[in-house]
This record gives sequence, C-alpha cells and structure tokens, in this order.
Amino acid sequence: MTRAVQGEELAGYVRQKFPDAVCQWKGESLWIEPSDLREVAEFLRDEPDLDFKFLNSVSAVDYVQYFEVVYHLTSLEHNHSAVVKTRLYSREAPTAQSVVAVWPGADFQEREIYDLMGVSFEGHPNLKRIMLWEGFPGHPQRRDFEDVVTY
Amino acid sequence: MAIRTEPVTINIGPQHPSTHGVLRLRVTFDGEVIVDVEPVFGYLHRGSEKLAEERNYVQVLTLTDRLDYVASMTNNQAYCIAVEKMLGVEAPLRGQYLRVLAAELQRAASHLVATGFLLQDLGALATPLMYCFRFREKILDLFEMLCGARITVSYMRPGGVFSDAPPDFWPALDDLMQEAPHLIQELEQLLMKNEIVLVRTKNVGVLSAESAIASSVSGPVLRASGVAWDWRKMDPYDIYDRLEFDVPVGERGDNYDRFRVRIEEVKQSLRIVEQCRDEIHPGPVRADVDAEAIDLVLERRGEAEKPLAEGPVRAELPFVLRPPAGAEAYGRVEAPKGELAFYLVSDGSIAPYRCKIRSPSLINLTVLRELLVGWKLADMIVTLGSIDINMGEVDR
Repeated sequence: MTRAVQGEELAGYVRQKFPDAVCQWKGESLWIEPSDLREVAEFLRDEPDLDFKFLNSVSAVDYVQYFEVVYHLTSLEHNHSAVVKTRLYSREAPTAQSVVAVWPGADFQEREIYDLMGVSFEGHPNLKRIMLWEGFPGHPQRRDFEDVVTY
Repeated sequence: MAIRTEPVTINIGPQHPSTHGVLRLRVTFDGEVIVDVEPVFGYLHRGSEKLAEERNYVQVLTLTDRLDYVASMTNNQAYCIAVEKMLGVEAPLRGQYLRVLAAELQRAASHLVATGFLLQDLGALATPLMYCFRFREKILDLFEMLCGARITVSYMRPGGVFSDAPPDFWPALDDLMQEAPHLIQELEQLLMKNEIVLVRTKNVGVLSAESAIASSVSGPVLRASGVAWDWRKMDPYDIYDRLEFDVPVGERGDNYDRFRVRIEEVKQSLRIVEQCRDEIHPGPVRADVDAEAIDLVLERRGEAEKPLAEGPVRAELPFVLRPPAGAEAYGRVEAPKGELAFYLVSDGSIAPYRCKIRSPSLINLTVLRELLVGWKLADMIVTLGSIDINMGEVDR
C-alpha cells in the first residue's frame, strides 16, 4: 500500500530547511508559500527520506477568492505519497513558480493550467496555450467564465 | 562546391492515419533525420473537465467513457474509486470482482489495439491488425452482454457496478478463456520472432529509467524501461491484493520492449480474469448505505425518505450523491496506458466542484521529443505507435 505522508510530518521536514515556507497543513495536504515553491520542490525531490522523484499530477482549482495549485507526489523508493498545495490570491495575474526544471513531467500540465485556468508559471521554458488556440478569449476552466460564442 | 543545406519543417497530422487520432506534429528535419519535434494538441478538446462541473456525480461517468475510448472500463473504475473515496463507501465484494474482471478484459483489448496499430505502422498492413481485432471483438461481445454497449460502456457506478452479469455471460467467458491462449500463441508466433519487427523496433527509441521517472511517464512505457511499478501491485485498489499476477518489465526501454511488455500484460490480464471467474461469489453488486445517513441521500426518486421498519435500514446508494463540502479525493488506477487518476473536489453540491483528469497519454508524450530527435522519419511513426496514445484522453 502507498502510505500517505501526512501534512504535519512533511511540514516538519520542510521547516528544518525553509522555516518560512510552510503556510499550514491539514490531513494529507501541506500548503507552501508560492515564493518558495521551487526550492521546496527541489528539496522534496532530493531529500533521501522523502525522495519524491515522481510527480503524479499538477492540478489547479479555482476557489474564486484564490487559485490553488495542487501537486500530487510519489516516491517510488519508499512507496509513499504527498499532496503539496499553494495558494495564489491574484485574480488578474496569478503566477506560480514553474517546477519543470525539477520534474520535467510538469511541462504539458503547467501549459494546460495556463491555457484553461489562466495561471502563469514563472520559468516555464515554453509557456503557451496547449488545448485552445492563441487568441481564444479568456480561460474556460475558471468559475466565472462566460461563453462568448453565439450561434 | 559545397551543397547548401537547411533544415526543413514539415507538418504531420492532424489528419494522418499513423498519428492515432488527431495529433499534429511539427517536425524539423535535417535530411531524413529529425532535429526537433513539437506536438500540437487540442483538435479533440471537448472540455470534459468543465462539462463535469455541470453534471451530477453519476452523470459524469458517461463523460469518462469518452476519454480513452478504447479502454472505457478502466476510466469508469478510476472515476468510481475517486467518488467512493470522497463518500467513504466501498463496493461490495462481488461488485469489486466484476469491476476487476471487466477492467482486465479491457486492458487486454486495449493492448491488442496498441499492438495491432503498432504493426500497422511498421508497414504490416491489415493482417496483424485483423488478428488483434479478432481477439478484441470477442472481448467486446462480452461487454455487450454485461452492459449492452461495446465501447462507451458506463458499466460501473460509484459503489459497484450497475447490474450483475447475466447468466449466459459466464459460459461465454469460459469459451473465451479456452480460446485465448491459442489466440495469444498465434499472435506471438506471427510477431515476436519476425525479423522485420525485430530490426525495426530493437534499440530504436530507447528511454532510460531515470528520464522516464523524471518525466512522470507511467504504465507499460515506464515498465518497459525496467521500472517494475504497477499501481495494481504498489497501491492495490478493489481486490487486486487478493490476486496473483506478475509485472512484466523490459530491459532496454526500446520500442521492442514496450511492444513485448504489452503482449505479456495481456497474458497476465487473462490470468487475473481466470482467478476472478473462479473466486467470485454471489452477493450484492452495489454498495448499500445506512438509510438514516440522509445527508448522503438527496432524492430517493419518489421513494419515501423515512425508513419504515424498526432499526437500521439499508438502502442502495442513491442516484444523486452529495459528498461533504471540502472533501477531495485522488482516485487512481493502473489504466492500460498508465496511471489514470481523477482529482475531485466537492463543495457539498450534487456536482463536482472540480474534476481534474490525470491523463496518462498526455503525460507520456512528454518524452516524445527525447525519443525522436536523432532518428529518421520512418522510426518516428513506430516510436509514436509504441507509446500508445489515445487522443480522446490527450485532449479530453
């Protein structure tokens, strides 16, 4: 069975190295400051006790007051998993740090979030729309998106 | 006098038989050698994640059929597991057995499609494809008996499956299981030692284990690179912890290994189906819940909400589900293409607040550039076929 590393346990590891990076934890989730995301990601990957070398998925959720970017991680070595989240409070230009340099598998997923949710990723090598065409008005996955197409 | 050369960019797809759907590749060549590849997606984008936000939990199930449309059963299973995690219910044992049985038949069918089209891409026109599809056809006939549909099955439901297998399903399954070893053997004789297949696939498109893990690659592509990682073994869901099966792995991670791992997995799937058939016991196929836990039940569709009898009354999981606000779940299965997961977030209403689909086909394509640069045009088609993508799932 894959063991879910609880947020509290994970926070203990992260706070040793980055005292200010942790916002909060609850259950299996750990919230990280967006400005520390990339460094923490690198730490989670390289710390031998954690060894999160496999990034399962990157998701974004629009909670209207803020956007939440969610990273599901797995260690193939220890067979345990973790959920790391970060909150972005800007509605006009939400920006998170890109983790493509840490986990190349995030490439298409970050592009998809940029396309559909309108969250930019700083440091992404090729950040452009992936599903929709350039010039599409708005980001359809947002809760307040209104279809502009008329028939 | 030196001949002036320059790289040429050509466009492959979206309408091209070897791109397995509507994938478009912008490929730059130096002579016949690939120097750059850029995949362009979105031609089959239907906004499944957005559509899911406006349907209730059971209705979303029909959308999952249309993701990877050659493996609908495993899509159903991943979604149902995610919803069950949020609700905290578990399917009854017979329901779980039927789900695993259907999912493994589906895995065999999907791998047969992948193998058939890979050989089609190699230039073996129609014959191997027809061998594979003849086998797959028999599996689809079984699905038709189970649920009336062959492709868009919608067979499973949160809490189990929608109905028990009909009585004549079991003899039909026995017939298939008797025939299957012969069909597999025929395929192997035809293909595994074929010189053209070996020359075209061995040591072509080699993917190292490190770069497969770093790029989040999963499924047969990851295992072909020598990483014995199968979610059915590592994080067993449904009844996989009761079943015996092996996880085939490759040695080099080339096209041949990916092709061989799939053939081996078909055999393992049939082994699992056999165990399910022998071990399954009569019983309910859908979870029932405490009827008093009415916060789970929104509408009983005309039935009285209050239990009539004394004591706890069990009722079948209702059509309209309402997981608690703030609940979230990451439901994951080992789909034929890799790790398929649904990340669901609930706001307490009857529809998911967010339904993110972790699509293995899209993420496996991350390594496409790495696999193709330095190879020739003809190898590109084969390598793309060996990754086994499905555009319904890539674009969603």
